[in-house]
Formats: sequence, C-alpha cells, structure tokens
Amino acid sequence: MSSSAPEPVFEQPWHAQVFAMTVALNEADRFGWAEWASRFADTLKRRGLNRDLDGGDDYFHAWLETLEALLADQGEAAPRDVQSLRDAWEEAYLTTPHGRPVQLRQQ
Amino acid sequence: MPHDDHDHPHALLPPEPALRVKALETILTRKGLIDPAALDEIIDTYQNKIGPQNGARVVARAWSDPGFKAALLQDATTAVADLGYYGRQGEHMVVVENTPEQHNMVVCTLCSCYPWPLLGIPPGWYKSDAYRARAVREPRKVLAEFGVTLPAETAVRVWDSTAEIRYLVLPMRPERTDGLSEDALAALVSRDSMIGTGLPKVPS
Repeated sequence: MSSSAPEPVFEQPWHAQVFAMTVALNEADRFGWAEWASRFADTLKRRGLNRDLDGGDDYFHAWLETLEALLADQGEAAPRDVQSLRDAWEEAYLTTPHGRPVQLRQQ
Repeated sequence: MPHDDHDHPHALLPPEPALRVKALETILTRKGLIDPAALDEIIDTYQNKIGPQNGARVVARAWSDPGFKAALLQDATTAVADLGYYGRQGEHMVVVENTPEQHNMVVCTLCSCYPWPLLGIPPGWYKSDAYRARAVREPRKVLAEFGVTLPAETAVRVWDSTAEIRYLVLPMRPERTDGLSEDALAALVSRDSMIGTGLPKVPS
C-alpha cells in the first residue's frame, strides 16, 4: 500500500476496454450492478485464496473472468465463440504488417 | 506517421487478456449490445473528466457553507446532485464527517465499491487484498503506513462500501484557512483525505 502518488486511471488499454464494456452493458440493463458486484466479489475471493491480489493487473484479470462467466451464463457469448474470435484476432495481429490497422478478416 | 520497426514485421501482439477482451467486444458489437464509440466515451469520461477534483469541490463547499454541509450530511446524493455530481455508482452516497472525536475511513471489503461521481475510479491500493482485509482489522496500522497518525483519543470508524451505499469522508477543515476561497480550499483536499487514508494539505 502506498500513498497518493499520481497513477494512471487505467494501467493497460484492455483494463479500460473491459471496464467500459461492463459499464455499457450495465447501462443497457443487461445486468444490475449489485449482481455484478456480487459475482465480482466471488471471483476476487476465489482468486485471492492462494495469493494476495495487488489491485492492479490481477484485479482486471478477475474482472474479465467475471464478465466472461456472466456473458456465458446469459448465453450472450459462449466460451467457444470467445475462443474462436480470440484466435481470429491473434491471427490478424500476426499477419498484419506493422503499422497497418489490425482488422479481422471477413468471416 | 511512418513507424518502421524491423524487429516487428507484423503488428505487435497484445497480451492474452487483451485478445480475449477484443473477442468479447467483437461478439457484443456484432449483436448490437454495445457500441464501440460509446465505450470510448466512457473511457474518456473516467480518464479525463471525473476524478477526485469533484469530491474536493464538494468538501470545499461544505467547509464554506454551513447550510450545504448540513444538507450534505443529511442526504449526500441529493446535495451533490445539485452541484452536478451524479451518475453511475453514485445512486446512494453517504458523507461521514471527521471530528476531533472520530476519524472515518472507507473500504470495500467485498470488491471495490467507490463513489465514482465524486472520486472517479479507485486507485490500485483501494482494490488490493491487503487494504481490503486490513482496513477493518487494523485501521490504525494501515493509517500509519499512509503517514497518518491520529491522537490517541480520536476513535477510528471504518465504513464498508457496498454496491448500494458508497461513502465519502468529509475531512476536518485545516487550521489557518480562514478567508480562503472555495477554489483555494479545494486545492487542499486530496483524494486520500476523502477516503480517510490521508488528511487535507495544510496551506503553506
């Protein structure tokens, strides 16, 4: 724990993205914030059993895991679809020349 | 802008979780559940517009205007909405006042509930297991690590924020601040002083 030295709001771009997605889905009434907080607390508790979470990167790993599980339970994003799009994005990064915008191939 | 890097013939591969976030975003966008432009707007808001400066305005007003302070302690959500501070994660805010008898400190033991409209997104330490576990168990020790030492006769009360109630600490107005404008007062109010892990700055 340290004091109030300035720090970025989001350390990584994906932290900001997963945060914003969750807020947007909550606002669109896809789930209530109390439900989100309760699921998130469960994930933090489970992940914190083996080691102390530092509140930075590991916090957003827990956040992402919670969102993935919630969307899977709701049937909005099945794990296999997430996996195949994740692979498609990886391929897009690996096959796009450096400096060009990375886009998914047409599917 | 040309940006040639011969070590990276292809675009730099983002870390694993970033790929999974992109996958989710693609699925939800295709289903029309989210709009990427709206996500950018949300990020911009919390990165650039909403932060502890909002809470500092509220504290400075409370120090300057006894009527506002009474309203704030009575019903913080309504009082701060009148100043234009409302929105996500600010549906039910409660302000707790520090006095010589009682120092207040806020934690969220379950996750990281926090009054976003007044303080923005919580700092890393607020979200850490160490703070969440120890704030309740040994608040004076935690305060000492933040450099805050209180008189022995001052009691420490720890408030546990939830998804339903989010707390903000109203710190005591520092001495020798008579006649300061609200702007000057707001500059003394640190984020940590509104979580209770710090004290306001003393004017130099």
